[in-house]
Amino acid sequence: MKSAVLVFPGSNREGDVARALELVTGVKPTLVWHADTSLPAGTDLVVLPGGFSYGDYLRCGAIAARAAIMDAVRAHAARGGLVLGICNGFQILCESGLLPGVLVRNARLRFICREALLKVERNDTPFTRRYAKGAVVRYPVAHGEGNYTADADTLKRLEDDGRVVFRYVMADGRRDDTQVLNGAANSIAGIVSEKLNVLGLMPHPENHVDPLVGPTDGRALFESIVGALERA
Amino acid sequence: MTSAEPKITPELVADHGLKPDEYERILKLIGREPSFTELGIFSAMWNEHCSYKSSRLHLKGLPTKAPWVIQGPGENAGVIDIGDGKAAVFKMESHNHPSYIEPHQGAATGVGGILRDVFTMGARPIAALNALRFGDPKHPRTRHLVAGVVSGIGSYGNSFGVPTVGGLVGFHTRYDGNNLVNAMAVGLADADKIFYAKATGVGLPVVYLGSKTGRDGIHGATMASAEFGDGAEEKRPTVQVGDPFAEKLLLEACLEIMEAGCVVAIQDMGAAGLTCSAVEMGAKGDLGIELDLDNVPCREEGMSAYEMMLSESQERMLMVIAPGKEEQAEAIFRKWGLDFAIVGHTTDNLRFVVRHKGEVKADLPIKELGDEAPLYDRPWVETPKQQRIDPASLDITATIPGALERLIGSPDFASKRWIWEQYDHLILNNTVQRPGGDAAVVRVEDGPKGLAMACDVTPRYCEADPFEGGKQAVAEVWRNITAVGGKPLALTDNLNFGNPEKPEIMGQLVGCLRGIGEAARELEFPVVSGNVSLYNETHGRGILPTPTIGGVGVLDDIEKMATLDFKESGEIVFVVGETGGWLGQSAFLSEILDREDGAPPPVDLALERKNGDFVRALIEEGLVTAVHDVSDGGLLVALSEMAMASGIGANLVAPPAEINPHAFWFGEDQARYIVTVESGSKALLLRRAELAGVTIAKLGTTGGDRLNIPGERPIVVDALRERNEAWLPIYMGAGL
Repeated sequence: MKSAVLVFPGSNREGDVARALELVTGVKPTLVWHADTSLPAGTDLVVLPGGFSYGDYLRCGAIAARAAIMDAVRAHAARGGLVLGICNGFQILCESGLLPGVLVRNARLRFICREALLKVERNDTPFTRRYAKGAVVRYPVAHGEGNYTADADTLKRLEDDGRVVFRYVMADGRRDDTQVLNGAANSIAGIVSEKLNVLGLMPHPENHVDPLVGPTDGRALFESIVGALERA
Repeated sequence: MTSAEPKITPELVADHGLKPDEYERILKLIGREPSFTELGIFSAMWNEHCSYKSSRLHLKGLPTKAPWVIQGPGENAGVIDIGDGKAAVFKMESHNHPSYIEPHQGAATGVGGILRDVFTMGARPIAALNALRFGDPKHPRTRHLVAGVVSGIGSYGNSFGVPTVGGLVGFHTRYDGNNLVNAMAVGLADADKIFYAKATGVGLPVVYLGSKTGRDGIHGATMASAEFGDGAEEKRPTVQVGDPFAEKLLLEACLEIMEAGCVVAIQDMGAAGLTCSAVEMGAKGDLGIELDLDNVPCREEGMSAYEMMLSESQERMLMVIAPGKEEQAEAIFRKWGLDFAIVGHTTDNLRFVVRHKGEVKADLPIKELGDEAPLYDRPWVETPKQQRIDPASLDITATIPGALERLIGSPDFASKRWIWEQYDHLILNNTVQRPGGDAAVVRVEDGPKGLAMACDVTPRYCEADPFEGGKQAVAEVWRNITAVGGKPLALTDNLNFGNPEKPEIMGQLVGCLRGIGEAARELEFPVVSGNVSLYNETHGRGILPTPTIGGVGVLDDIEKMATLDFKESGEIVFVVGETGGWLGQSAFLSEILDREDGAPPPVDLALERKNGDFVRALIEEGLVTAVHDVSDGGLLVALSEMAMASGIGANLVAPPAEINPHAFWFGEDQARYIVTVESGSKALLLRRAELAGVTIAKLGTTGGDRLNIPGERPIVVDALRERNEAWLPIYMGAGL
């Protein structure tokens, strides 16, 4: 499996996700600079990592969405290639039109770093095949602007199409839209594109892969990708 | 040579924070009246912040050497060998005054400055910590300061991409109007690839890197060396504005050009900006430096030489580049979108020459700017000793569970989750022990080695007895690192005091330094870096003496690390060390009886070492299942923390008849740890203790969901945790 991790000025979790990919897949990903115009030949998976690309100036992800490399990412996605955007990467995917909606300031206006409980809404995507449908998993969040929002039509379409893959839930596994840590609409933590090949999510599966550091619930996400690519 | 500049008058000299005798010293040194720019340079180099003129004499008594120390004080940060060819690079520095004037930016740039100190040495920052002291929660400004300081620290560290893994937060009315922000950073480097400020080679280019220079922060270091009165807020323009995005780029660019072999010497532009960095590089290398300010990248039009030399604009570096490497270095900086300009060169004449628009604006002897800074042996008086408090003399009405509940919900003991959840403490994926334990533990690369780090001090102890308080601060940090299984290696000190021109304040500084020195020597825990912040006074009232100690230790195998939460029901709880019931200056006395008096607990350093080495060996052996250092609040607070972290309660013993029960549970005798073992290991633990000659006593057995003390009402662990978690979010008006 060949993966490419994009690096924008201000990205800061590119190392974390590259390390997680290497740990789980055994293959080191290639780091691709934002000013490049093409992805390495044969790239299976493109990762847009977390961080503060361009200092979050203008709007989170807005400048990165217009970086040179993004045309190649759009083409990769259009061909059905896998794209994973985590945290700032999710923001960039929304800003670049690869995913609908937008991520705004957390409802309580504070940055928040804590473990979040997420329900895996479906396990028929390339990113979640190794989870049980409805499983509750623990990934950490670390963001100031992870409050997912979209207009009512878009939200309805996302729900009708079953494109919400990860949802914040309470300790008892129940969804409570009034208690979401960042205020996200419909408790949305992660969504996929129509063809299921582009996933954007705010929490960090890459920070929960190593038993020495914490829980390992994030491993299955990367294992799912490996499995999906093997099948394809 | 200074046609357009103001005339030097006694008022102008005073405005620069220079005393008349200090000005005389300048006249004698250069044999003429200084230019305006030169006066600015002297004020920058000779203020307390940069010259340590009041503390230098007493800092000399600190132990700074050990076989594992690669670089002690005097560089941007201290460096220690942690084995396997790796070095830990760390320092703590205050940003107190700016954080009071403009809390968000003041704290943010404090973090930025200390991160820069670490990566200037060639190390990639792997962890940040901070020690914060705020005024009385009831003071009208406190809430605003907490919110601003915390958001500032978070915004900088989170964006830069370093995990903020630990620290401390305390409240006391003596910090009203003068809160403390002490930021610590720890970096990792190859032990043979450390970079220094010392310039070598004549005629080499001096290069300016990073962000452009603006008019922010002019005289920041001078402001930081003055007391506050009314109108402190008017000093806002002296506070710098941080840009963590620029710093992140600067980090990557600096590490890249270091790796490429382009760098001869490097110094970050921190306090007193271009002045201090250029003078230090030249003076340390016995070279002169000539700067041409026409080439300095400026953010604003028409900046004068004076303004450029004193600007404290952030995210800037000065370097001496290796011959023939200019183009390669420039290409790397351009790639990261940063400014790169050759602004001068090294000379062999030991002069510091500054040119601007064809005029010489300053021409000064470079060594003397630093070496000849005033050095004061300020008069000081010893702090009067206080009496030991006899618990029998106290009129205690609170029950033991009642006192515990009050303590655990009080500002100093309340959970600081609301704060540390605003800091990204997980980035880099190496945070093995997260905030809330005795020390944070960060994995070194892919392990198995880890670094343990903590910062601490008990200002009440330091006020009552500076010598014992100084010892205690070092011992406490040493104990914190030991309690997770780390071997303490070295410390950084951040000395926050009031006005040193007052003999009683100077006495606190001298006493604390003696205590720190003695403990650092006895515990082989040398001082490798530090910072002094004086004049922490508002309206003539000084802060509590607060010599914050930050320590770093190493764990050979992070899988053996200890944590403080009870692990299972049915385990046996022991206290290692002697419990005598010392209540003087205790949290119990302060919080429950509203008095802060008596002698603080004495620190027996030989005992600290014996008990600490014993506990560390138990952790190494895997015999103990949970470990917690006993500090302020005493045994019962420590036990509660172990219970709250796990949800498991304990059945506790009755105190020995000869000790007052309140003193037994809340006394703050030093050199103690609580450990738990599986019931089957009890005999082995007792045998180990006997062999080591260590005092150990059974405190109880874990189990249930409450803490039961014979004859007292049960304390429900969940309710205690709710109380512990509630105070700060409610205080901040944020809801849970």
